[in-house]
Amino acid sequence: MLKAEIYITLKKTVADPQGLTIKHALDSLGYKEVEEVRIGKLVTVKLNINDKKEAEQRLNEMCKKLLANPIIEDYSFKIEEV
Amino acid sequence: MKFGVVVFPGSNCDQDCFYVVKDVLKQPVKYIWHKDTELDNFDCIILPGGFSYGDYLRTGAVARFSPVMDSIIDFANRGGIVIGICNGFQILLESGLLPGAMLRNTNLHFICKYVYIKTENIKTPFTNLCKKNQILKIPIAHNEGNYYIDDDGLKSLEKNGQIVFRYCSPDGDVNKESNPNSALANIAGIINREGNVLGMMPHPERSSEAELGSEDGFLILRSILKWLGSK
Repeated sequence: MLKAEIYITLKKTVADPQGLTIKHALDSLGYKEVEEVRIGKLVTVKLNINDKKEAEQRLNEMCKKLLANPIIEDYSFKIEEV
Repeated sequence: MKFGVVVFPGSNCDQDCFYVVKDVLKQPVKYIWHKDTELDNFDCIILPGGFSYGDYLRTGAVARFSPVMDSIIDFANRGGIVIGICNGFQILLESGLLPGAMLRNTNLHFICKYVYIKTENIKTPFTNLCKKNQILKIPIAHNEGNYYIDDDGLKSLEKNGQIVFRYCSPDGDVNKESNPNSALANIAGIINREGNVLGMMPHPERSSEAELGSEDGFLILRSILKWLGSK
């Protein structure tokens, strides 16, 4: 069995109002070094697949079809054996 | 003319839409369950507001794969009249029937209030009874109404007259102050290239009777009826 962690983030060109708000909050807590904050989503999935290549292909499909919206979001994932 | 109102798990404006069509517009109307795959002979399909599938993942992202959506996409592709209101608009974006996507309102608030919108395109099935640039007072109620599309997409919307409604001041100024959610170019509603599919964030069904504070939304429903009648 394989486990994948999928990261979904807003594209760099898309404004992230949540990230901006958290940046201001960190700033007011004294963390002046914070240059930028971007919020994203983490989706973990367990796959009944043993072949990593096949898993990659299936995950790419899932991300393009449902998990990420390509108009506003980018995705990446890493796969490990469990 | 026969109207259909789609009901997804989590829709909450379906009964308002049904009521307005049946008792105010006085037209036959039926609910369409999201698991239905065969559509009756509808003339117009309404995707109502609400929180389909709890807004999980992204607004409209899961509803877009409801069994009924294939039939609705087919209905739209054959020229059928489809109007998506609020969450219905979000579902139309996710399904690809309309271009672009929705982001969180920049102030991160759920905004529920009357707004003013300018009717920029009146040559549509949804606005033919409006005057050019008519200002409508219609309420919004949403968390994700911050419309986004890339530069080329925006140019294409502008060029083809697809921007039907823009947020404006009570006097019709399209400016930053009157944009409740920071939607790109103050966009409140768009149509597809063919002109038979409209998505809008404001709720016409909540502003179709004087007792509720505005009848401006009823112009949109009456326009649909007029357009269908003159086909």
